[in-house]
Amino acid sequence: MMEFTLVNFLLFMVNCVLSNNFIFSRYLGCCPFLGVSSKVETAAGMGVAVTFVMALASLITYVVYYYILVPLSLQYLNTISFILVIAALVQFVEMFLKKTVPALYSALGIYLPLITTNCAVLGVTLLNISDQYNMLWSVLNGVFGALGFLLAIVLMAGARERLESSNIPAAFKGFPISLVIAGLMSVAFLGFTGLVK
Amino acid sequence: MNTTAILSAVAVLGGLGVLFGLVLTFADKAFSVPVDERVARVREAVAGANCGACGYAGCDPYAAAVVSGEASITACTPGGQKTFNALAEIMGKNACDVAPGVARLLCQGENGVAKPRYDYIGPPSCHAATQMAGGPTACAWGCVGLGDCVKACQFDAMKIVNGIVSIDENKCTSCGLCVPACPRSLIKLLPRAAKVTVRCLNAANAKDAMAACSKACIACKRCEKACEFDAIHVIGNCAVIDPEKCTLCGECVKVCPTKCITHQA
Repeated sequence: MMEFTLVNFLLFMVNCVLSNNFIFSRYLGCCPFLGVSSKVETAAGMGVAVTFVMALASLITYVVYYYILVPLSLQYLNTISFILVIAALVQFVEMFLKKTVPALYSALGIYLPLITTNCAVLGVTLLNISDQYNMLWSVLNGVFGALGFLLAIVLMAGARERLESSNIPAAFKGFPISLVIAGLMSVAFLGFTGLVK
Repeated sequence: MNTTAILSAVAVLGGLGVLFGLVLTFADKAFSVPVDERVARVREAVAGANCGACGYAGCDPYAAAVVSGEASITACTPGGQKTFNALAEIMGKNACDVAPGVARLLCQGENGVAKPRYDYIGPPSCHAATQMAGGPTACAWGCVGLGDCVKACQFDAMKIVNGIVSIDENKCTSCGLCVPACPRSLIKLLPRAAKVTVRCLNAANAKDAMAACSKACIACKRCEKACEFDAIHVIGNCAVIDPEKCTLCGECVKVCPTKCITHQA
C-alpha cells in the first residue's frame, strides 16, 4: 500500500484522471458519456453528481466489504451487495439534497437517479477492492476517477456542441459521428498511458 | 451442501436490504419536503410533451409555476381547451373558450415559383443562409427552406416539401416554437378558423416582387375592391387580412392575379 505523501497523492491523481481515465481507458460509464453529453452545462451537472456519488460509494462499500463481508468470508457477494449500496445511496443522496440543498438538487435534476445504473460507480468500488486500496485511497480513487469522468464528459459535450453547427455527411449525422469522436478522444488519451509508473 | 454458507449469504444480503430500506424510510420521513398536491394534478392535466411552449423548461416546472400562481393556466397550447378546462378547475379559476391556433407559413415560394439568387453551399441552417449576402432567395421575404423551424418543431408537424416548409395542421399544436426559429419571421400563429390567408409578406414594389416570385403579392388592390366586408387591405405593398372581419367568402382568392391568397381546406 502506498504511503500518503504529496508526491504519491499527485501521481495518483494524474493516474486516475488521465492515464486510467474511466471512459477512455477502462470503458466504464459510456452510457451517460454518450447519453448526456449534448450540452456542456448538463454534462458538467452529471459529472459533479457522479463525483459526489462515487466518493460516497467508495467509502460505504469499503465499510461493507471489510467490516461485513470479509469477517463472514462472503467476499463473493461483493458485486450484488455493492449494487444494493449504490442504489440505496443514490436514493438517500437525492432525498438529502432535496431537503437541504434544493438549489443543487434542481441543478442536478434527473441526473442523480441516472447514476444508479452508471457502471463507473460500480466499477470504482470493485476496483478499490481488487487493487487493495485502504479507506483513504479508496475514497481518493472514487473522487479522482469521477473527476476523470467529468473531464471526459465535458470535453465530449464541447465537441458535440460544435458538431451541431457543422456540415456532417448524412450517414454520420447524430450518433455515429459522436462514436467516432469518442474513439478519437480515446486514442488521444492513450498518449497518457505510462505517464505514471 | 454447506447450509451455513447459504444461510449467511441470504442473511447478509437480506439484512443489508432491510437496513437500507429502513434508512431510506427514515430518510424519506426526515427529509420530506411538503409538496402541494395540486402540482401532481396539474402535471397530469397538461399535455406532457415537455415541449417548452409555455416558456418553462418542461411540464414539471410549468406545473409548479401554475400552482405557485406564477404561470398562466392558458400557456399549455399543446393541451388546448381540454388542459385549460382541467387547470381552471384545479386552480379554481373561470374557464372560457380558447380559440385553437395553428402555425402558417406566409410564403408559397416553392422551387420553380420563387427564383433563387445564388446556389447556397454552407451549414444547413436558414439563419446561416440568410446571413450570406441577404440570403439565397431572390425574394427577401421568401422561405429559405433549410428547415430551422423543422428542427424547432417538437411535434413532427413540419417538413420541407419542394423547397419550402409544409405544416401538417393536424399535428400542429400552435405551441409557437417555430415562430422565433424563422430568421425571416415567415411563420405566424393564426386562429385555426381563419382559413383565408395572404401567404406572402413581400413588401417590395410590384415589379421587383414579380421578378422574384410568381406567387408574390404585387399590391394591385384587386382583393381590396373585391372584399365586401372591408377585411383585406394593402398595407406597405402587401395585402393583410383582418381575421375578425373576414367571412371566408373567398372573393379575394378568386380575383388575386398571382394566387398569393389561399383558402385552406
